[in-house]
Amino acid sequence: MAQSSRIKFILGGALILAAVVYLIVSSTQASAQYFMTIEELNAKGQSVIGKNVRVSGAVLGESIQYDPQSLTLRFTVAHVTADNREIEAQGGLAEVLYQATIDPNRPRIQVVYHGPKPDLLRNEAQAIMTGKMGEDGIFYAEELLLKCPTRYEEAVPAQTEG
Amino acid sequence: MLADFGFGILLVTFLASLYSIVASLYGHLAHRPKWVESARLSMQLTFPLLTLASLTLIYLLVSGDFNVKFVYEVTSRDMPTYLKVTALWGGQSGSLLFWSWLMSAFATAVTLRKWERDREFLPWVTMVASITIAFFLGLNVFFENPFQRFWQTFQGVDAYTFRPANAIPFAPEDGRGLNPLLRHPGMVIHPPMLYLGFVAYVIPFAFAIAALITGRADDRWIRLTRRWSLTAWLFLSLGLVLGGRWAYDVLGWGGYWAWDPVEIAAFMPWLTGTAFLHSVMIQEKRGMLKRWNMILIILTYSLVVFGTFLTRSGVLSSVHAFAQSEIGPAFFIFIGVTLVASVALLIYRWDSLHAEGQMHSMFSREALFLLNNLLFMGILVICFWGVISPLITELVTGSKVTVGPPYYERAAGPLFALLVLLMGIAPLSAWGHITLKNLAAQNGLELEKRYALAIAKLLWKPAIPAVLVLIGLLAAGITNIYALIGLTFAALTASITLYEFWRAARARGRAQKEHFFLALWNLAGRNRRRYGGYIIHLGVILMAVGIIGIEMFQSETQRSLAVGESIQLAGYTVRYDSLAQFPANDGRWVTRAVVSVFDKNGQFLTELYPRYDVYSDGQPMTIPGVRSTLADDLYVLLINWEGVTSQIAPFKVYHNPLVNWLWLGAFVFIFGTLIAAWPEAEREPLPAQARKTKTVYQPGD
Repeated sequence: MAQSSRIKFILGGALILAAVVYLIVSSTQASAQYFMTIEELNAKGQSVIGKNVRVSGAVLGESIQYDPQSLTLRFTVAHVTADNREIEAQGGLAEVLYQATIDPNRPRIQVVYHGPKPDLLRNEAQAIMTGKMGEDGIFYAEELLLKCPTRYEEAVPAQTEG
Repeated sequence: MLADFGFGILLVTFLASLYSIVASLYGHLAHRPKWVESARLSMQLTFPLLTLASLTLIYLLVSGDFNVKFVYEVTSRDMPTYLKVTALWGGQSGSLLFWSWLMSAFATAVTLRKWERDREFLPWVTMVASITIAFFLGLNVFFENPFQRFWQTFQGVDAYTFRPANAIPFAPEDGRGLNPLLRHPGMVIHPPMLYLGFVAYVIPFAFAIAALITGRADDRWIRLTRRWSLTAWLFLSLGLVLGGRWAYDVLGWGGYWAWDPVEIAAFMPWLTGTAFLHSVMIQEKRGMLKRWNMILIILTYSLVVFGTFLTRSGVLSSVHAFAQSEIGPAFFIFIGVTLVASVALLIYRWDSLHAEGQMHSMFSREALFLLNNLLFMGILVICFWGVISPLITELVTGSKVTVGPPYYERAAGPLFALLVLLMGIAPLSAWGHITLKNLAAQNGLELEKRYALAIAKLLWKPAIPAVLVLIGLLAAGITNIYALIGLTFAALTASITLYEFWRAARARGRAQKEHFFLALWNLAGRNRRRYGGYIIHLGVILMAVGIIGIEMFQSETQRSLAVGESIQLAGYTVRYDSLAQFPANDGRWVTRAVVSVFDKNGQFLTELYPRYDVYSDGQPMTIPGVRSTLADDLYVLLINWEGVTSQIAPFKVYHNPLVNWLWLGAFVFIFGTLIAAWPEAEREPLPAQARKTKTVYQPGD
């Protein structure tokens, strides 16, 4: 009795464990997103078309085009590094974003997004986008998050204020 | 200078907590109760000291002393006073101080009680609480001093704790102000609720460690901290719900939960805490799962610290990452050290924590509780993997792979559905015993078959409403298989639980010659934990219905409308009437649209006022106009005013069916928790012998 019920419990536990592992593995595969920089995205070329990609870059203010009727948003982003330590070494995110927008040799991609123009979309904002690379070399973003680091991380006030 | 005074207090408190650790340890090892008493007193001293430190910081915040960096960061002149007070937890260093302050309050409360019977726990409870306080204070003292001031030197302005040579104090004209997204009543109380939950879990953990060190293998530590666990759980639940409500009201994306890493960070201790809440009952009643309970509370503690770390370190990118700093490694080391030490203790006491009983059947109450625990653990593993997978895959493959909300929904959804079903089976397992006995008397079937038969016999009556709900859903044309399964499970569980109340109250009414409602009242009063628990279950069912509604049936549309034009969604018509722009008295620039809502017969329902506020620092905020009923919410957003003429405005409309059941369920849930936690006279623990005997279920036992 004790032996057989123990086996049953072990089997039951193993079954649940297997189910959880299966759910994790299959769901991870189904919804995995690849974090990439724009440089990597451009370098990979054809191989990333159709894959779920999460990419971040610096928004070029002049490139922003918005059609409020069709809610179509087009803009270009420039490569920034994804390495936090490198960002710190180069003087913080705000500085890195600024450098990215003024450097004409940085790798860039064009982005198309359907939806309302986000409040924070402006020059030197960091755009964090999820979506897929199209055959035409344009990144079709399904989700668009924006960060304007200057506002949150300016640790020291400008001296002119005092 | 007041800021220096505040920092001085922090330093003294830090030393007091260090002293408390050393004195409790020495007092125990040298068998000197006076040292233990001294340790307790010095730990209790941290509470008035931290109260003073917090009040000092609050005074600086309210008086607007922008020379202090923290004040500059989280307040501005235009903020109302109550927001200046609550800005205490609006930034990293202040919230760490707030955390320590709550911790010292709870630790003081728990050590004020009488300890005659549990004298041997005292040094260790004091020590664990002091270590936790010392760690968080250490962060304040060494890394994140909320009392840092701005100093002007020849190199420029920077923040220092101590005055650099040749520096003069520097005070900006105005502060940066609290992030406008956080200026919401829900957000004002959401962090304290979460913190109260986090902090209260340290108390059961401290007792568990005390039990491990002293080698007391009984359930005394669980009984002593039962109410603490429930309190912690209640606050954590409240914190999560308030956070969801805040997101729904303020963030303007039509949802309440985004599986953001920081949300998950607060959700993970809730998962282990919920599992713990259930499995301790098995230890109290049957003397089983002792090791498992230790594992759960140790995990909960680690996850609480981990949760504070994730919310406050900015290690993961997230909408919550308002704070970024260097305290990551310190947290990581602390979690690692406490986890390893706790696990080592557990292994050391492993053999003495053997089970006093054995599980016999897959349908027994113990087995169902174990299954419940496994499901919660499964969800925990799913969440944990989701949070750390970017870090792991980057280490292994070099490219960062992340998972989004679909991962969590897909992986955890089935487990949540099973949990709902399990809640329904819970009351069955209790009355299953009686039916089982009757069945056993009638025939000599195998145990498993008897259980199955008993459950079938008990289930048919409550199953009727569930079948009716299913038929109703099918008749309404709902074909989403997951929604059908989920709602049927919810209906079944709700009807079984309600049936249990009715059945038990009727039985008691007959036996005691009481009126039905009096019997119901007495029933819940006599066994608060069980019936409070069932009420919590009902609350969760209501919440599940709301979640299924919004997750499976949410629809949305968006369009730019000219004045007089309308947009249709889910039978509603939303007409754009007019638009006004005006400044609000706190410096906001408000763009407010007026829209009329009509039902499908063209009947006017209401006017809504979706808003688009821009704060003086340029931060915008999208406030929805919501028509809320039990059936659904119509959630109208005025989006991105910029670049659109006053005649045309873009709108986004969400139709969120049943979402109000989520908030309604939360109230039922809180009510149930209060019933379960309501104090009753503490009974002496039953001797082990009495616990082993089979308890036969009685209504209101």
